[in-house]
Amino acid sequence: MSESVFPQLEALLPHVQKPIQYVGGELNSTVKPWESCDVRWALMYPDAYEVGLPNQGVMILYEVLNEQEGVLAERTYSVWPDLEALMREHEVPQFTVDAHRPVGAFDVLGVSFSTELGYTNLLTALDLAGIPFESKDRTDEHPLILAGGHAAFNPEPIADFLDCAVVGDGEQAVLEITEIIRAWKNEGRPGGRDELLFRLAKTGSVYVPKFYDVEYLADGRISRVVPNRSGVPWRVSKHTVMDLDEWPYPKQPLVPLAETVHERMSVEIFRGCTRGCRFCQAGMITRPVRERSITGIGEMVDKGLKATGFEEVGLLSLSSADHTEIGDIAKGLADRYEEDKIGLSLPSTRVDAFNIDLANELTRNGRRSGLTFAPEGGSERIRKVINKMVSEEDLIRTVSTAYGNGWRQVKLYFMCGLPTETDEDVLQIGDMAVKVIAEGRKVSGQNDIRCTVSIGGFVPKPHTPFQWAPQLSAEETDARLEKLRDKIRGDKKYGRSIGFRYHDGKPGIVEGLLSRGDRRVGAVIRAVYEDGGRFDGWREHFSYDRWMRAAEKTLPEFGVDVAWYTTREREYEEVLPWDHLDSGLDKDWLWEDWQDALDETEVEDCRWTPCFDCGVCPQMDTQIQIGPTGKKLLPLTVVK
Amino acid sequence: MQRIRLRYTKRGRLRFTSHRDFQRAFERALRRAEVPMAYSAGFTPHPKVSYANAAPTGTGSEAEYLEIQLAERRDPDKLRELLDESLPAGLDVIESVEARTSGLADRLQASVWQLRLDGVTPEAAAHAVEAFLAAEEVLVERRTKNGMRTFDARAAVAHLEAAGCQGDRPDGAACAILRLVVRHVTPAVRPDDVLSGLRATADLAPPVPAAVTRLAQGLLDEETGAVTDPLAPDRDAATAAPPTAAGQSAAKAPGGASPAAGDGTA
Repeated sequence: MSESVFPQLEALLPHVQKPIQYVGGELNSTVKPWESCDVRWALMYPDAYEVGLPNQGVMILYEVLNEQEGVLAERTYSVWPDLEALMREHEVPQFTVDAHRPVGAFDVLGVSFSTELGYTNLLTALDLAGIPFESKDRTDEHPLILAGGHAAFNPEPIADFLDCAVVGDGEQAVLEITEIIRAWKNEGRPGGRDELLFRLAKTGSVYVPKFYDVEYLADGRISRVVPNRSGVPWRVSKHTVMDLDEWPYPKQPLVPLAETVHERMSVEIFRGCTRGCRFCQAGMITRPVRERSITGIGEMVDKGLKATGFEEVGLLSLSSADHTEIGDIAKGLADRYEEDKIGLSLPSTRVDAFNIDLANELTRNGRRSGLTFAPEGGSERIRKVINKMVSEEDLIRTVSTAYGNGWRQVKLYFMCGLPTETDEDVLQIGDMAVKVIAEGRKVSGQNDIRCTVSIGGFVPKPHTPFQWAPQLSAEETDARLEKLRDKIRGDKKYGRSIGFRYHDGKPGIVEGLLSRGDRRVGAVIRAVYEDGGRFDGWREHFSYDRWMRAAEKTLPEFGVDVAWYTTREREYEEVLPWDHLDSGLDKDWLWEDWQDALDETEVEDCRWTPCFDCGVCPQMDTQIQIGPTGKKLLPLTVVK
Repeated sequence: MQRIRLRYTKRGRLRFTSHRDFQRAFERALRRAEVPMAYSAGFTPHPKVSYANAAPTGTGSEAEYLEIQLAERRDPDKLRELLDESLPAGLDVIESVEARTSGLADRLQASVWQLRLDGVTPEAAAHAVEAFLAAEEVLVERRTKNGMRTFDARAAVAHLEAAGCQGDRPDGAACAILRLVVRHVTPAVRPDDVLSGLRATADLAPPVPAAVTRLAQGLLDEETGAVTDPLAPDRDAATAAPPTAAGQSAAKAPGGASPAAGDGTA
């Protein structure tokens, strides 16, 4: 069952695009002997290799699992349609890139969903692997299909396709699951697959959808979600890793031969964010803030660069300039690697946490390309609604310093379709861009100043204060963005200096359907897959019409439609499809925060002010973990 | 400034590495191995590496060449070991010499290719080879960036012969080996083009894709069809001259700042 399918695959590779992505053999990849292990994981990122390989979540779990004696983990990614067609024709199953074993031979297929748009790719992989789509049709011969990642905080739309899901941090969770599988296998698999799932469910931190029944009201809303066997908890808790310094992964990051979307040594400098932006699911579900220490970061960067040869270091988190010792970290690393021409990047930087010393350190060894900030909302009013407490003065002061120090390009990210938003809020994005250009020309004394405005449609997400909010329809989103475009283009003095990038509203509606969907949406996903839907995160593969056709075919029997899931506002009383998945956030606190949003009332960050009772720390028995430690990074002695 | 010429391979599954992929992997290997590279001047300095005449994606190779420039002197053999360890198995660095002559790229005049054709009998292969060689011109088509292009695949072929596969195959399946020597001309004639030519002249259609490997590159002896080692002149110069002096004279060679692909000289 576990023999390599590489000989069959090899014959197909000359006929496909970028064959290197299917051959494995990456630096720092691991292939363990099959027979030496009794628990075997296949880890999937349900997108193309070039996107999936750099994914930190998969890379971390791959290494954590492979470090364990008797456990192996191999990786698998979505194959492009050209190879998929050949695999079907020649009966080659979904395979891992490490040892090219069929995915169906593993004990677990763990799938990491950063976005809901990977759901159709899950079905492709299951089908190619010869695994039945629905949990109820699987036998002891099949792997457990396990979901993780941010989208797993509402796995209901794919509940029928999953055997189980884990919410929250995966490092410890995969080890606990491994032990449960090992014990069950060693005992001779008592009670079959159901017993294994029951043992997992009993822990209270693995969600097994089939042990819960969803009951509906006549109007289509959910009346309740109940466990259907005793011993299964009413709610499933998220996992939280408390000391990041104890989990310095990835230690040996994978270095692919193929080109991928991120080619750098990434270190997660902290996890969680309590800035409290109300649209941000990541900030809500990853609380509390847990910092990696400056010395822990320094050590990871040092080892990681030696292991990979990357020429750039990415300091990752949800808002990297918020690390209590970010200045010392940036300066220490820039000093250390000045000779080696290693660049530093801080992918998420808030306007109000930015300072020019930091920016200078970051660009000292590398390129000074552009600065990117995300005010998210065009007007002061809407920024109060979303609790993105960045004032226009902050922004202008920041860009003024940047232009004065030699930067020529600033990129600004915004959202369209935020709750209570009007045309006026969005049109003010244009005013902001004009002020940025004007300030830049004034400070630099030059006219070649650029400001690019990039706008995405807002999609309300589960476990956020906006989980009750109506989503703006695709038509209204498009109309609003057209008005803004006309305004910018019509500006004779500044229009040509402003770049304008936006996405149309249609993909956002599909994302909205999947984000806040319930189990009935599974039928839509399956219908889309059967109609040829693949790679929905890719513009060239995504088809709005295909999704709408599938929804019209499958949803009417439940008395609901796409608008019901997306543009409908929910009431306080409504049972939400994900209420039985516990992110730690108190639902009443979320509701209050939603009401505060409507009142344009802001909420502070609990790192610097007293606790405002979001509920996470007491519910999950966790606490904020931040510095400063007061330590500094020492230069490394270079051995020549 | 010291220049080192390396011979490396693309073996097994890593033959699917494209040239761009290889370049990235190689430059990372240089960093991991802490090779003291010379960098180009300018805003985004690049390590000075000159690649020559890369084999197409999907074909194996025992004879790829490149040249690097170092900021500090290193022993070529130790450098080879370090780099070989630092690259994934399959991308193996197998020879290393200090450059003491100009014109490595000029010495890569022709390639020796081996094509294994599973499912083709040696007789059928020999027949097709005969027909191909008898033709004055064999027009083939290939898709390029600018659409389909038609060109002659015959003139560039210096030598072509068919043989049976070595060793008894347990399943008794047919298998033929072609040995092909192709001059490096413009537009390039690749092994694939010769296979297209064999199909055009003699209807030779292997049931599975041919396994293609470049065995050698170098100067072509037009009389014998032999291809000689392109690093031999550097080796000969090494035995004739002490290392430091030669290294310094090489540094005077012009054009070192523009490591364009295909330009193996410095």
